[in-house]
Amino acid sequence: MRNILFVDSALLHEKLLEALGQIYCRPDETVLNLIREYETKETHPLAKDMLQSILKNADIARQQSLPCCQDTGTPVLFIRKGEDFCLGDGDIFSTIEAALEQGWQKYHLRRSMVEEPLFERKIIQDRPAPVIHWENVPGNTLEVKLALKGGGAENMAAHYMLPTSTTAEEVVERVVAHVVNVGGQPCPPVIVGIGLGGNFESSALLAKRALLEPTGRAHPDVRYAELEQRILNEINRRGKGVMGLGAGPTALAVHILTEPCHIASLPLAVNLDCHAHRHTGFTL
Amino acid sequence: MKTHKLTLPLLSDSIRLLSPGDKVLLSGTLYTARDKAHRRLVDLIRQGKPLPFKLPETAIFYCGPSPIPPGKICGAIGPTTSSRMDAYTPTLLEHGLRIMIGKGERSPEVQAAVKQHQALYLVATGGVAAYLSTHVTKFELFLWPELGAEAIYKMEVVDFPCYVAL
Repeated sequence: MRNILFVDSALLHEKLLEALGQIYCRPDETVLNLIREYETKETHPLAKDMLQSILKNADIARQQSLPCCQDTGTPVLFIRKGEDFCLGDGDIFSTIEAALEQGWQKYHLRRSMVEEPLFERKIIQDRPAPVIHWENVPGNTLEVKLALKGGGAENMAAHYMLPTSTTAEEVVERVVAHVVNVGGQPCPPVIVGIGLGGNFESSALLAKRALLEPTGRAHPDVRYAELEQRILNEINRRGKGVMGLGAGPTALAVHILTEPCHIASLPLAVNLDCHAHRHTGFTL
Repeated sequence: MKTHKLTLPLLSDSIRLLSPGDKVLLSGTLYTARDKAHRRLVDLIRQGKPLPFKLPETAIFYCGPSPIPPGKICGAIGPTTSSRMDAYTPTLLEHGLRIMIGKGERSPEVQAAVKQHQALYLVATGGVAAYLSTHVTKFELFLWPELGAEAIYKMEVVDFPCYVAL
């Protein structure tokens, strides 16, 4: 016997609006704690000064309800919809769009999306044009993850279809070289999301999912956890630093997610997020 | 870390005293311009049409501000990635631009042009746009409102913090 749950769309709307209200002016708390730790032990005046401004910004943004970054991002959602979860009076997509649009107006967020990518690139003024990833799962709950993804860090993503002879050492070097190479452009210190395995498109999605894992969590497989740590240490050892100016931390956390892949393939995707790491989630 | 308090427009003498890694507290007028505004400015130059400001006296801030909440002077303001402006920057430098504020590294062509024209490329901390907005005393739309966040905005800043990159 199925236990179908009917939920009012108003509840989803309200929860989304609340989630957006939490994150647009408030980066991930774990990130702020890491920044605080780095700031305390930082001896280079330039890096210390910038780390202090990140902490000051977090306070001002929250107190004054101002966006912590002027780029209020692409809204990215991961939805895990239980097969037995239903909205009683509407559809999930429209509810998401309406709630985000209300939030965009209420919190004075920037219109950053364009209608089409190449010719006019006209800014969309009447909807926030979210990117939504759907998954159907057993059960009667709706899990929602919401992130505001800035364009500068998103541009610094990378994707490789590696040969299967690639060693763990070579994966480390590939990721580290990439993060070092993009330097100050993605607003370091960054969070590094890595998708290993899957295929061309699923590895990219894995990298995005990896970014939104709880900051600093270790992969449950100790071999991948060790890889995360090695990548993180090596990125920071190379010394690009805060905003790429040569001092302080370059990365705060590295998360890897893996999936089965074809015998011929070893896809590797790298997605970065800036220190203004804005994401949250809830379950209905 | 040396800190310099400077008032815009800058004289070339004061630019020469700056070294990479120094902190600069800028006061005066900044104009925002990012991807689309850059394309339009360079188009004007190529067509031989007048520019909306005198480039030698202009400091360009690569920034697309967020909207102004009621009762505030401005919204959140901060630097966007400068490398996207690299294609346009040498032309603007040739026509007199001397001060740019953004984030991240520049192309070898821009680095050479900055050196050649004794210009200044400053980096502002990214992702601290609420904090940076507290240094703005006046803010207005200047040109091309149809571009939204990509329009040119004119702002007065006091002790606006940035760092010398080039």
